[in-house]
Amino acid sequence: MSSRVLDVSATEVSTDAMRAPDAAGRFGRFGGRYLPEALMPAAKAVEAAFREAWSDAAFTTEYRRLLATYVGRPTPLTECARLSEALGVRVLLKREDLAHTGSHKINNVLGQALLAQRMGKRKLIAETGAGQHGVATATAAALLGLACTVYMGQTDVRRQELNVFRMELLGAEVVPVTSANGVGTLKEATNGALRAWVNETENAHYCVGSTMGPHPYPWMVREFQRVIGDEARAQCADRLPTAVPDVVVACVGGGSNAAGTFAGFVDTPARLVGVEAAGGSAVDKGKLGVLHGFMSHFLQDDDSQVLEAHSISAGLDYPGVGPEHVHLASIGRVHYTSVTDEQAMRALKLVTRTEGILPALESAHALAWVVDAAATGELPAGSTVLVTLSGRGDKDIHQIREHLR
Amino acid sequence: MSVAVATLEHHLRAARADGRRLLIPYVMAGVVPDWLDLVRGAAEAGADAIEIGLPFSDPMLDGPTVQQAAALATGRGARPRPLLDSLAGLDVGVPLVVMTYANVAMTLTPERGVGGFVDYLAAVGVRGVIVPDLPLEESAEYLARASEAEVAAVLLAAPSCDDERCREIAQASSGFVYCMSSMRITGERADLATTARETARRLKGMTDLPVVTGFGISTVAHAVEACADADGVVVGSAFMRMLVDGAPVAEVVDAVAAFRRALSSAGG
Ligand SMILES: Cc1ncc(COP(=O)(O)O)c(C=O)c1O
Repeated sequence: MSSRVLDVSATEVSTDAMRAPDAAGRFGRFGGRYLPEALMPAAKAVEAAFREAWSDAAFTTEYRRLLATYVGRPTPLTECARLSEALGVRVLLKREDLAHTGSHKINNVLGQALLAQRMGKRKLIAETGAGQHGVATATAAALLGLACTVYMGQTDVRRQELNVFRMELLGAEVVPVTSANGVGTLKEATNGALRAWVNETENAHYCVGSTMGPHPYPWMVREFQRVIGDEARAQCADRLPTAVPDVVVACVGGGSNAAGTFAGFVDTPARLVGVEAAGGSAVDKGKLGVLHGFMSHFLQDDDSQVLEAHSISAGLDYPGVGPEHVHLASIGRVHYTSVTDEQAMRALKLVTRTEGILPALESAHALAWVVDAAATGELPAGSTVLVTLSGRGDKDIHQIREHLR
Repeated sequence: MSVAVATLEHHLRAARADGRRLLIPYVMAGVVPDWLDLVRGAAEAGADAIEIGLPFSDPMLDGPTVQQAAALATGRGARPRPLLDSLAGLDVGVPLVVMTYANVAMTLTPERGVGGFVDYLAAVGVRGVIVPDLPLEESAEYLARASEAEVAAVLLAAPSCDDERCREIAQASSGFVYCMSSMRITGERADLATTARETARRLKGMTDLPVVTGFGISTVAHAVEACADADGVVVGSAFMRMLVDGAPVAEVVDAVAAFRRALSSAGG
């Protein structure tokens, strides 16, 4: 760690943000466990198993071993010289795109797969939007010899054809989810996975892909993803004269890469920024409600029906957001904002051309905020910005091509 | 609805005391234009109470048939508030029980939460409420408000509940205890799950409240078999499938009557 003392007077440092939720699984008023009775024992068993495993050195040692030898952690921190010059701010990327399977999703999934094994489950169930979480789950299942079924909205099955094939190649079954009134994206996939969990709670572990779902998932997933923030914090301490960047930015769908990143910096003066897709900005435009087992903000109409989110990026196509993010917004510790498909696509091109890195469409949203904030002066010239590059853009190549045509 | 209809619990206890096996058909509100005729017809055909589903976009516990019924309703412009309003003044002689999901209950009157929802139900004469994704841990406010408003809050017990949990659920529930027949979402099935009778029997040993089994009761034979242990049954998908497939309401009313006859001759 750098010997420089942090100037904590500049920003008020919140010391109790991002602790464990309360006994009911709440962050402030958000979170909880809104489940049918049939799933209550399963959710409680996951909580008990996680609490026990997370304090068991044998478990955490095995988890860290897999992160190092299988995922390729620590992922590097990349200094973006040409992009920084173009923007007038110093940009550092936390490279989750270099993690095995191409995104941060694997960090969480390996944790949950080990937990499932420890609980004696023989199968993993997962929902997926972009397909990244599905691929990560299928990968972990193959590694640990578990069966795997991935629920995916019919529209996304079409949009993310290559990831469907990858999952099948890994031995997973991909179940397209259609519903009579849905458009077949992540919301429908989650409904499908939850219904499957009701039907198979005895044998299967539901491997939730983001900081959402009933307690303990939002908390557990954040803990499995905090490796991003912890590593980045240590890397910044080695690299930066200020030890901590001025601003830390991550994209927010359900919010797992952002939660993992922010966890490493929440007790520093760094400004934290979460970037949603304009067509799915649940923190701001969502209303208090309950979906998929938790209380949070969801896009919904005046008749209590949850709306579909719309984004060019399937991974940000979720009408809600993890409960801890709404809490962090409400206490003012994290600033949430959104960018459009167009902004994300422009940033994607810029980063690809200046740095030779093709970001995932999701990550391009975080980058777009940086690009625009540098232009408007919201990011003062010379400030240091850490951006979590949550995944690589290979999966999105068809869509990027379609869009640029 | 008539104030003459007793509370849900009183009504069901009285029917049970007469030796009746309780029959509670489920009707998705707004599923067909004449769905209120189905509510009336089902009551005349011998239902002891009627479960009215309010459509929700993301019904976690519902299988394809009820999902389709909900989509039909919303596709026709059916919305929770007007649907509830259409129940006001409806006098079918048996209690109505509304079933929906937590998001609808919480946001129907956004500023007043689940309490406001319960008051809304009371105002239109609904006698009971079922919100399957408001488990015990999340339901303190809702249960308190329901008790004040004399709307029975019916809780579900599942085969996965241990005895202690079953006892807590039975104690907190009012109107009846809803016994989930198996660890499966709603939908028709070939056989009655073995867990149906076991779970009902366990619950019967713990509470004097009526115990009513639902989920997957698809045929009169299932209903009769389930009632060997339970006090009654809820039948949903089997009736809703008929409507989804285009059958007229009168045909569904006949089907309700067939369940009534079978339960009455079996019940003695
Ligand atoms: C590369 C990538 N980044 C971000 C996300 C959004 O997820 P979260 O908000 O949980 O980080 C996804 C989801 O599929 C993704 O694939």
